[in-house]
Amino acid sequence: MKRRNFLSLTAGAAAATGLAEETACGNSGPADTTTGGGSGGGDAATYWFLSGPPGEPIRQGAVDRFNKANSGNQIKVTTFQNDTYKDKLKTAIGAGQAPSIIWGWGGGGLKSYVDAGQVDDLTDWFAQNAAVKNKLFPASFGPATVDGKIYAMPAETVQPIIVLYNKEAFEKAGVAAPPQTWSELMSILPKFNDKGIAPFSLAGQSRWTNMMWLEMLFDRIGGPEVFNNAYDGQKDAWSNPAALDALGKIQELINAKGFVKGFSSVTADSNADQALLYRGKAAMELHGSWSYGIIKSDGGNFIKDGKLGFASFPAVDGGKGDPTNVYGNAGQFLSISSKATDKQKETAKKFFASMLDDTEQQGWIDSGGVPIVQGSNAKLASSPDKDFLNFIYDVSSKAKNFGQSWDQALSPSSAETLLQNISKLFQLQISPQQFATNMNATIGK
Amino acid sequence: MSVSYTHLAFTIFGIVPLIGVLVLSFSSWTGLTQNVPFSGLDSWKSVLTDPGLPHALWITFLIMALSWLAQTPLSILIGVFIAGHQRYRAVLAVLFFIPLLLSQAAIAITYKMLLDPNFGLGASLGWGFLQQDWLGEGKLAIGVIIFVVSWQWIPFHSLIYQGGVRQIPTAMYEAAEIDGAGRVRKFFSITLPQLKYTIITSSTLMVVGSLTFFDLIWVLTAGGPADATRALAVDMYVRGFRSGLMGPASAIAVILVLLGLGLALLVRRLGGRDAAESQLEGI
Repeated sequence: MKRRNFLSLTAGAAAATGLAEETACGNSGPADTTTGGGSGGGDAATYWFLSGPPGEPIRQGAVDRFNKANSGNQIKVTTFQNDTYKDKLKTAIGAGQAPSIIWGWGGGGLKSYVDAGQVDDLTDWFAQNAAVKNKLFPASFGPATVDGKIYAMPAETVQPIIVLYNKEAFEKAGVAAPPQTWSELMSILPKFNDKGIAPFSLAGQSRWTNMMWLEMLFDRIGGPEVFNNAYDGQKDAWSNPAALDALGKIQELINAKGFVKGFSSVTADSNADQALLYRGKAAMELHGSWSYGIIKSDGGNFIKDGKLGFASFPAVDGGKGDPTNVYGNAGQFLSISSKATDKQKETAKKFFASMLDDTEQQGWIDSGGVPIVQGSNAKLASSPDKDFLNFIYDVSSKAKNFGQSWDQALSPSSAETLLQNISKLFQLQISPQQFATNMNATIGK
Repeated sequence: MSVSYTHLAFTIFGIVPLIGVLVLSFSSWTGLTQNVPFSGLDSWKSVLTDPGLPHALWITFLIMALSWLAQTPLSILIGVFIAGHQRYRAVLAVLFFIPLLLSQAAIAITYKMLLDPNFGLGASLGWGFLQQDWLGEGKLAIGVIIFVVSWQWIPFHSLIYQGGVRQIPTAMYEAAEIDGAGRVRKFFSITLPQLKYTIITSSTLMVVGSLTFFDLIWVLTAGGPADATRALAVDMYVRGFRSGLMGPASAIAVILVLLGLGLALLVRRLGGRDAAESQLEGI
């Protein structure tokens, strides 16, 4: 207890001056049942996840069904908003007050928990419970795996990056179909701009939105190895000609007024980027497939009236990457805190085995998502969103390579440097060459 | 002992965290482990050689200087105005006070919405002047931050000046009137010199307070576009809580504390050494 309190103080201290309050909140987590080593009262497993529709009621429903069916193993839920969650979770883990079940994004973030010895190795458990593993998309285990060992249970839905477009805007501008190639994409920009419609919506302040463009372009031009080399720490990997080509193409697109005016002050959290699309101020958007759910709930009759179109990212002429390759979230990732009691760990594993039952799958499908369950496309036919859902299922299951979002794959500090440089690149403050130089400097650190 | 409680509170909330930050600045803690790995001067070296630090310092000083320049004259004028005892001034004083009652985060969210280039005030009213990319261009974004800061804090400083003006003995003004001084002359020859210590107090609060502008900047621009509004406090937060580099973040926190102390002392010095000197000699 003493030690934890001391750390809580130092964590608060790190924030000094104006931030002290924020961290203080971070420490006073409601994790009263997960006091490390099990000194606490109740032995229910704690589980934190993101609030808000469409995910919250579905996650809550899964827990409720589990609690009802297992009177001996109870799970206690606390929900948080996206941006606060990430910071709060980190602080809680550092203070030894992590929830028993850690809901996250896998990849680099998960690796940092593994390095800190904060999450349990689940490899053996998956070996003993092959049915749980074989039920899911094999690609979903990529971000759950660190150094060949599985540290998280893949869950929820697959969310590839796709092009969404407004059919009405296309009609107005006299463009028949979304671009199949990069040169076609560049050639239709003036048609939209002439009508006062921005070709692409972009929530540039959020930075990871800009990153999605680079992920797709890097892959289309040079294949997945261009980023993978950088990820693996190969010297000067960012100076790869394919990388420089992709970075240059993005700046050409910005210069050709490819993005909505003022994109660098639009934030993704407010969903203003989707609003630009369904209000007809922008014709297209490159975004995660979860946009569909947002447009469905915020966009009035936009989807019902058949105005939303969707397509894969265009191919780049002469590019080496397979045009079926896609990036995005291969799922959500649930880990078990190494600080949880044996009882809590047992509950968590039982819960993992119960996840993505038919009711939960149906819930995700109704929300406009594709569960990461093999053969879940059989359930899509009865959905009013079946066209979109089948498209997502195909994109995800047929992709030669399903890449993980760069900022999730990288360690938190490299990810931050990357995002910082991406925002400068999109502001045209640095050239592709400078971007490569800055990023090369982070390799091996 | 009346000191004991104050001392205790100050130690717990002031001194202990400060020591904690100092200790952490010599570590490579990621914020995720229960034991803190020490790494000597590594964090300090990485912070002091990072070109991001001079940039963050420059942005911090820019915001400090510009917000002081924007707030001080207006606060003095409004303060003098509401120091009058007329009833309509009292009513206006209450209205001026309203921005101070709102939380910084709420203010920031509101302004962010109003200034949205596609759905904000400019786009809705169709006024060309308002249709700037307010938060998407570096210089404009700094301007917006100065404006919002001033909008929120001028009422507070006006209140300080109102108090200061009311302390000035009316005999001085009466004497000046007999000597034939007009309004302007009275303001510059009596009010302003008499407000010297009020100005110092208010400026200290503004200058030191501007070091901690975080929530406002974070909500409005998150330090962007690119790093145009990445002040020290934002830089510290990003390093510590986004990048997971608590060591360098703590080093910046220490720099912030030292800057704050240094500036507070400097402003006092500027006010003259002889703070005990009477301003009311001859009365």
